[in-house]
Amino acid sequence: MSNTPTTNKCRGILINPVFDSNPITIQVLGICSALAVTTSLKSTLIMCMAVIAVLTLSNTTVSIIRHHIPASIRIIVQMTIIASLVIVVDQFIKAYAFEMSKTLSVFVGLIITNCIIMGRAEAFAMHNPPGLSLLDGLGHGIGYSVVLIIVATIRELLGTGRLLGYTLMPSVFEGGWYYPNSMMVLAPSAFFIIGLLIWALRTWKSHQVERD
Amino acid sequence: MRAKVATRKVLLTALVVSLICSAVVTISTILLRPAQEANRQHYMHLNILKVAGLQQQDVAVEKQLKQLEIHLVELESGRFHKVEHPEAYDQRKAAKDPKQSIALSPEQDIAGIKRRALYAPVYLTRDDNNRINKIILPIHGYGLWSTLYGFIALQGNTATVIGMRFYEHAETPGLGGEVDSARWLKQWNGKKIFDANWQPKIQLVKGGVDHNNPNTVHQVDALSGATLTNWGVENLLKFWLGDDGFGPFLARVRDGEGRL
Repeated sequence: MSNTPTTNKCRGILINPVFDSNPITIQVLGICSALAVTTSLKSTLIMCMAVIAVLTLSNTTVSIIRHHIPASIRIIVQMTIIASLVIVVDQFIKAYAFEMSKTLSVFVGLIITNCIIMGRAEAFAMHNPPGLSLLDGLGHGIGYSVVLIIVATIRELLGTGRLLGYTLMPSVFEGGWYYPNSMMVLAPSAFFIIGLLIWALRTWKSHQVERD
Repeated sequence: MRAKVATRKVLLTALVVSLICSAVVTISTILLRPAQEANRQHYMHLNILKVAGLQQQDVAVEKQLKQLEIHLVELESGRFHKVEHPEAYDQRKAAKDPKQSIALSPEQDIAGIKRRALYAPVYLTRDDNNRINKIILPIHGYGLWSTLYGFIALQGNTATVIGMRFYEHAETPGLGGEVDSARWLKQWNGKKIFDANWQPKIQLVKGGVDHNNPNTVHQVDALSGATLTNWGVENLLKFWLGDDGFGPFLARVRDGEGRL
């Protein structure tokens, strides 16, 4: 059963965005939030959950009504759906992760303008059935999350010596030996790490390198 | 004819999508509001404790709060206003009610709050001799985008700051939003907020406080890139520590508690 073409196709739609067509490393989308929230792993995890939820739901919703959306207003209809979902997710975070919402709310609001979400709605959900669109949304959400979690782990660990609030490398400020690299808590470090990730990924999967 | 049908379909789709989306947003907001309100209350209570350095890690916030003395102060006279449940008083709601508040003239209203409630809660702790040693006052005022809500904690002498915190605002993240960052707030500890005539005197200084200046005790480093938030903080302190705010109350505290 696992070898039927449809299962394979589904698996491809779900898995491909993680490494083979990752929205951040291949399409270089969603960089804004990747820079902003990755100073701490905890806020990154919440942000990733928010993006996965919005992306999956928006893809599914757009796909369900795709035959009823007139081409002339399709972008604004997608935006309305995405914006509503983002507000709902933000309300959930304010209700169940209040401390996090204090630092994250502004970035959660910006999920509306995250190109990955618009991009998937327009490129995939408008032309595919709801089931596949759901998987596509989930896959791209996971692909986005994998990169963000890697970046956040490196930044929080090297920038503060801690991870998720636990001290792994006691910093000199707390009487330990590790001298925190303060560049890691600033935005440029995320650029460097994402650049290095893209390099590593393209060395591993050399077909991702663009031909001139 | 076809164009007309198409237009109708466009309008209909837009209408239906908007209606459904607004319903979803409204329902989720209403259903989640009680949980959010509880969070907000809890966070405010936590700030009352933190501002005075009273928070104990492993004791429930609500339980610790019960150890504080809560009074309502009639701001104009500065006297205590006796009520059954001072903790149930909602200053923000009262400020909107014409019967429970006064309108401020433009000259008075330096904090940009338009109306001021007649009463305000104060939180006190006492030392072993039963004298007031910490006074926690609620403060609020307009910054750049939003009203900042916070607390300031003073020592029993009413002149020395123990701490200041803001628990609600919508200033620019990273700039004025740093108004709630622990690093910036730390420097308020130990500052003197009155001059020799007991008029509020506190300045937010751009470019950093010069420590050779004799006025350092009245000065705090301003937030960078946040001129209007800085003015907001300075003005709201001037207002709440002045004659239209807690000034009369603090004067009575200094005169001895018999006058409260």
